[in-house]
Amino acid sequence: MANIISDETIEYVGILAKLELSDDEKEQAKKDMAGMLDYFDKLNELDTTGITPMSHIFPIHNVFREDVVTNGDDMENIMKNAPESKNGTFVVPITVE
Amino acid sequence: MKNILDCTAVELGKMIKNKEVTVMEAVEVTLNRIKEKEADYHSFITVMDEAAMIRAREVQTLIDEGKLTGPLAGVPVAIKDNMCTKGTLTTCASKMLHNFVPVYSATAVEKLESAGAIIIGKTNMDEFAMGSTTETSYYGVTKNPWNTEHVPGGSSGGSAAAVAGKECIFALGSDTGGSIRQPASYCGVVGLKPTYGTVSRYGLIAYGSSLDQIGPICKDVTDCATILEVIAGKDSKDSTSVDVETDYTSALVDDVKGMRIGIPTDYFGEGLDKEVKEAVLSAAKVLQKKGAIVEEFNLSLVDYAIPTYYTIATAEASSNLERFDGVKYGYRTGEYKGLHNMYKKTRSEGFGEEVKRRIMLGSFVLSSGYYDAYYLKALRVKALIKKAFDEAFQKYDVILGPVAPNVAPKLGESLKDPMKMYLSDIYTTSVNLAGLPGMSVPCGFSKSGMPIGLQLIGDCYKEKNIIRAAYAYEKERGSI
Repeated sequence: MANIISDETIEYVGILAKLELSDDEKEQAKKDMAGMLDYFDKLNELDTTGITPMSHIFPIHNVFREDVVTNGDDMENIMKNAPESKNGTFVVPITVE
Repeated sequence: MKNILDCTAVELGKMIKNKEVTVMEAVEVTLNRIKEKEADYHSFITVMDEAAMIRAREVQTLIDEGKLTGPLAGVPVAIKDNMCTKGTLTTCASKMLHNFVPVYSATAVEKLESAGAIIIGKTNMDEFAMGSTTETSYYGVTKNPWNTEHVPGGSSGGSAAAVAGKECIFALGSDTGGSIRQPASYCGVVGLKPTYGTVSRYGLIAYGSSLDQIGPICKDVTDCATILEVIAGKDSKDSTSVDVETDYTSALVDDVKGMRIGIPTDYFGEGLDKEVKEAVLSAAKVLQKKGAIVEEFNLSLVDYAIPTYYTIATAEASSNLERFDGVKYGYRTGEYKGLHNMYKKTRSEGFGEEVKRRIMLGSFVLSSGYYDAYYLKALRVKALIKKAFDEAFQKYDVILGPVAPNVAPKLGESLKDPMKMYLSDIYTTSVNLAGLPGMSVPCGFSKSGMPIGLQLIGDCYKEKNIIRAAYAYEKERGSI
């Protein structure tokens, strides 16, 4: 296996992905990720010098329109999906001490 | 009179129009079939008994009044559970969305409803469409109606199984790397992934936004063209949707004389099951006998499609799935200390193993220091893959090959080795990367009695070419 994922890297990826992994899960993730990256490295066999990265297949352009509200107020139903709400607002844990 | 459950969508639509069957009868027979078979197949996460019967009566009235005249009016349809249905639970087969009730419907769903199709339920799938077997669902495994010891494929496994098991007349699926075509192949039904942008993605819970497309899963090619005609079209709510001609049924012509069909030799190499190979090549011979010009060619870059696909798909997934944070909808962890701990615990408990694996990988390939080496590299290779297809379509109208290297594996075999599961996407992922339309049509059976699918790939917006080839092939093949 060419790629070795360090403890620090898994920690860092966990922060980026907002995931909390158990020690067993971390070990498994290190193995899985290293295996996949070895496989991804196959792409280095191809010379892509001068090739523009293709994010979209078709040549599309930005389109402007007036910002007008077209949908109705569905707050009651929207708030029904919230894990916790109060007076039409989402309740979250304290973010600023 | 033909049994309702054996009808195609178009056949049943005609019978309803001719007053041989009422919409209520059609829906009731289908719901009874679901009751009878769900213990064996488990194609559905939610069955909409009551709502479907209420809607059936409304649609019948509209048909009687002459206000609904389309081919799908009154026909029962199943929807993959990653498409939003207003007022009906939409889970994406995840614990994360176990209680999510959308306040709007996906455009494709709305279009079917306006056409009078009756939604009878939401089908099972791999969690967040990540998987090729429908075994990663939080709500249990779907089984293949041809043999319930086998998987139906995935991620639209519930939709394909529901059509094959006659628990609906047709279904919608979504395809990011093969998720319509591969389960259609494994379940012996027809499935089409349209050109990127043909069907609006509004209301489709995103996995890989640059690759995702909604498409039909159905019993024959005529249904396929008819359904696509209803759901396709530009939508102001999806800026990547395009204005295309949608007269797909005009391509239902039994004539392939002079059609140029290319067979990529690199699709028939190592790893392809012998029975699949023989079935696909005899389908090519059928088209040749009917006057198509069939020749072999080298597509190139085939081995690079999967690493490119998984880099891009996981990167997009890691970004798309950031929204599941326990604030606005879905699951929230029971106990937590502060905001960030709440996010982390919610996501770690709410997502399954495969989803977490892909979010981690995607976060890594997008992280600073690795972004160029992995993500941008994959986008560059994607450009090369697109170019290879562009060159092929200068010579051919249709590319013909297998959908998957094998027939449906047994339950439990694939998840043991995720890499092996990823490799089975070899013939389907490149089609998504290049934005092309691809179709799976049943072309035979293995000795073990499992269906084999033929894949027909067209150039962008050239759905009509693959529909015509598939229709001509189907005419010769007869019903299965």
